[in-house]
Amino acid sequence: MKQKTDVLQGTLALMVLKTLDVLGSLHGYGIARRIEQISGDLLAVNQGTLYPVLLKLEQEGAIASEWGASENNRRARFYRLTKEGRKQLQVETQDWEQTAAIIGRFFEAKAEDLS
Amino acid sequence: MKSLKRFFTRLFNTATRRAQDERLREEIEEHIALQTAENLRAGLSPVEARRQAKVKFGGVEAVKEDYRAERGLLFIETFLQDLRYAIRLLRKSPGFTIVAILTLALGIGANAVVFAVLNALILRPLNVPDAESLYGIQHGNEASSYQSYLDYLDLRDRNHSFDGLAAFSGAQAGLDTGESPSRVWLYEVSGNYFDVLGIHPFLGRLFHSSDEHGANSAPYIVLSYSFWHTRFQDDRGVVGRTVQVDKHPFTIVGVAPPEFHGTLLFFSPDFFLPIVNQEQVEGENLLNARGKRWIFMAMGHVKPGVTRAQAVADLNSIGSYLEKTYPKDDDQRTFTLARPSLYGDYLGQPVRAFMTGLMLLAALILLASCANLGSLFAARAADRSREVALRLALGSSRVRVLRQLFTEALLLSLMGGAFGIWGSVALLRSMSAWQPFSRWPIQLPVNPDAYVYAVALLLTLASGLLFGAVPVRQVLRTDPYEIVKSGSAARVGGRIGIRDLALVVQIAICAVLVTSSFVAVRGLVRSLHSNFGFEPQNTVLADTDLSMAGYTGDAVQEMQRRMIDVVETIPGVTSVGLINTAPLASGDYKGSLVFTDETADLRPSNAAADSFVFSISPEYFRAAGTVLQSGRTITWHDDKNAPPVAVINQKFASKVFGSVTNAVGGYFKQRDGTRTQVVGVVEDGRYRTLTEDSQPAMFLPLLQSPSSQTYLAVRSDRDPGQLVAAIRSSLRGLDAGLPVYIQPWSKELDNVLFGSRMAAMALGVMGVIGAMLSVTGIFGMAAYSVSKRKRELGIRMALGAQPTEVLGAALGRAVKLLIFGSAVGLLLGILASRVLASIVYTATPRDPLVLAGVVLAMSFVGLLATWIPAQRALSLDPLKLLREE
Repeated sequence: MKQKTDVLQGTLALMVLKTLDVLGSLHGYGIARRIEQISGDLLAVNQGTLYPVLLKLEQEGAIASEWGASENNRRARFYRLTKEGRKQLQVETQDWEQTAAIIGRFFEAKAEDLS
Repeated sequence: MKSLKRFFTRLFNTATRRAQDERLREEIEEHIALQTAENLRAGLSPVEARRQAKVKFGGVEAVKEDYRAERGLLFIETFLQDLRYAIRLLRKSPGFTIVAILTLALGIGANAVVFAVLNALILRPLNVPDAESLYGIQHGNEASSYQSYLDYLDLRDRNHSFDGLAAFSGAQAGLDTGESPSRVWLYEVSGNYFDVLGIHPFLGRLFHSSDEHGANSAPYIVLSYSFWHTRFQDDRGVVGRTVQVDKHPFTIVGVAPPEFHGTLLFFSPDFFLPIVNQEQVEGENLLNARGKRWIFMAMGHVKPGVTRAQAVADLNSIGSYLEKTYPKDDDQRTFTLARPSLYGDYLGQPVRAFMTGLMLLAALILLASCANLGSLFAARAADRSREVALRLALGSSRVRVLRQLFTEALLLSLMGGAFGIWGSVALLRSMSAWQPFSRWPIQLPVNPDAYVYAVALLLTLASGLLFGAVPVRQVLRTDPYEIVKSGSAARVGGRIGIRDLALVVQIAICAVLVTSSFVAVRGLVRSLHSNFGFEPQNTVLADTDLSMAGYTGDAVQEMQRRMIDVVETIPGVTSVGLINTAPLASGDYKGSLVFTDETADLRPSNAAADSFVFSISPEYFRAAGTVLQSGRTITWHDDKNAPPVAVINQKFASKVFGSVTNAVGGYFKQRDGTRTQVVGVVEDGRYRTLTEDSQPAMFLPLLQSPSSQTYLAVRSDRDPGQLVAAIRSSLRGLDAGLPVYIQPWSKELDNVLFGSRMAAMALGVMGVIGAMLSVTGIFGMAAYSVSKRKRELGIRMALGAQPTEVLGAALGRAVKLLIFGSAVGLLLGILASRVLASIVYTATPRDPLVLAGVVLAMSFVGLLATWIPAQRALSLDPLKLLREE
């Protein structure tokens, strides 16, 4: 149970960073929408899980937040990537790609390749 | 780095919790509002749009929980939450809180005090460098360490195991610094004393071996720091000054450092004087008498690399050399090593035994209070079982519930511990300043140190965890479904649970304490009224040492007769006698081996008895109220020119002569071979301690066996207070330069009664504490049982039960436990009292008064504890009760 959230948090965090990298400053709902659009079902029922992740990233200094006005003119918290967050994104993207490539190769491997 | 930063951010967040919660709430609201707007655009109805938005967001509470976990330090936060909750709960039931804190304060306070004393007397080494390797030489066959000077020199010079061997002896002297002379206490120490111990002067210099050049060659004294402070007001010019010690000039050469109080823990001397000058203080040269064991103790640091066993073997080989070389004086010279600070095992052993016993009792008391609070706590947990069940049903983990319980327990124990430690520190401070004997420089330096605080804190935490753990099983077993369904758990009584057992143990402990304190008090009272072989009432003792005023030789005896004559003229005085050391007063009791008249070879193993030796004037027995059983007493005609005579006691007579009738007129031989004729027999008495067995004693004429140190025993029918003043002025009229110490004989008994008084007091205090604990324990259980069985009792009353039956149902169990526990405790107490007999004279549990007292006390405890619950049970209104549920 715990481990599953950790994995989810890890991937979610990376998605949040990437989203902010691409779209710039965004509020929580906007980030959730964006991730939903791209990932499909990941946040379909549990959008709320995003907020602990946002807090964690903010505490790590990867993102910063401030109050602003949303599209329907209400007070909303806007998140943006910091310099440190950009670096983290780079590193984690590389890590992720590397991991994905290795796992990918394992999945492609056939019995005769491993013998 | 990153994690550290996060830690601090979290710590900060924990502090600013509210603002953060607000922020999340606002964000969630905004999020849902935006999603709702989106859903509206998609064509949903407003209600459905909001519902869908919420479903999509997921469980708000779970997010909040996660968010909090992420944000702050969960541990601290829940701890603070638990703490607030615990404080609220404790505030809600002030009665329980006060009882719990008081109980713990008593338990922990008692432990802190006893441990502090144990620590100061036994655990803490003497305040000298390398105290760990410092040992005193003690005799192998008995717990004493007396040495003669010549034996000491042999031990010092022939051993290969010690880095120098120092010796000291305590003495009293008259000090004249130009003002009125006063009595002071001093150590006569060997020249190497300070060097062996590694003591450096605070001021001036100390003396060394190189200062010793034979008898009376080193007229130097070193002041103790506190004496320098009180007597000389920190005057640095005191070094080099000449003062008179027993009318002999001595030069003050230095002041010892403040932390050095001599080598006996409880006997701090006013100054130190070279042992080679002992003749000037004692009035008699003892340096060359191998048979006279007057040195308190020889001690030194065992050399590094030498084990204790090796050192003992080394000493014993010297011992056997001494036996062989001086068969007349040295017999059975074997040795052991002991810590010097409590005078070896002489005091060390009883003090250790007593303190260990006391510590055990204190620990038992704490255990009892824990058991007590544990059951109260369990009762509270049971009362709260509905709340706990509800929390569990709502998804709280059992660990979380338990953590809350432990927080409450620890909070209580810390508060109790704080009060307990505060009280015990105050008590210890006053104990340290207390001087139990006015005439002896004796103190108990028991100030608490870091160890004491650490142990008290540890005990506090341990007891909190202990009684907090009692309801654990209960919580773990809670079945939320059952409890929520059926109301509070109705299952009561039946099985004998841990709680019952705890209560029985506690009542038993209380009964043990009550029994032993009754035994001690009874023993003490009886020892005050027992026959000592003299009548201390109406007798005043005036302690003088003529050598302090410079009297020697025949002048001593002349002055003593004048003292008797002048005191006899005081109105109201009926008789006046002199004795060198008054029985059961504080003194240095002389003993000697005696031989039957037929014995030719006077080696120690042939001795017929080991007898106390007293020197008395003719009127002494009358003044002391000692009954002469046969023969005559001593007269002024039994002087140097008359044949040596003695009055002996019954024990002496039966041991040496077989019977009293044989003794009168018979002869015995003293240590030095003097044939002495017995002229009278007196009753047996107590001489040194109240607990001693009957000992042989002989009373020699003062004219034949002179002593400059004497007690004037003055019997009168006057008020002792006035008499003291009259004696003082009479003696001052004879010689204004003579220091005198006067007090009623009964007052002197305080010293020998000190041990039993302290034991009785300590046990009494502990007995009261134990009784209080039992009361709270029984009270808790009875109250709990009444409140749990309210319904049942109500039904019984409605069905026509009589008050006695209701009481029986409500309290029968508690009363049964009380009776059973008391019986067990009484039995154990009787067994434990055997130990007491060694401290308190005539302490015996086989005493109907003690037994009756214990039964009465325990009944009183039971009555006190069940009074309120009984009232409550009787005042139940069945109608009201049955309507409630």
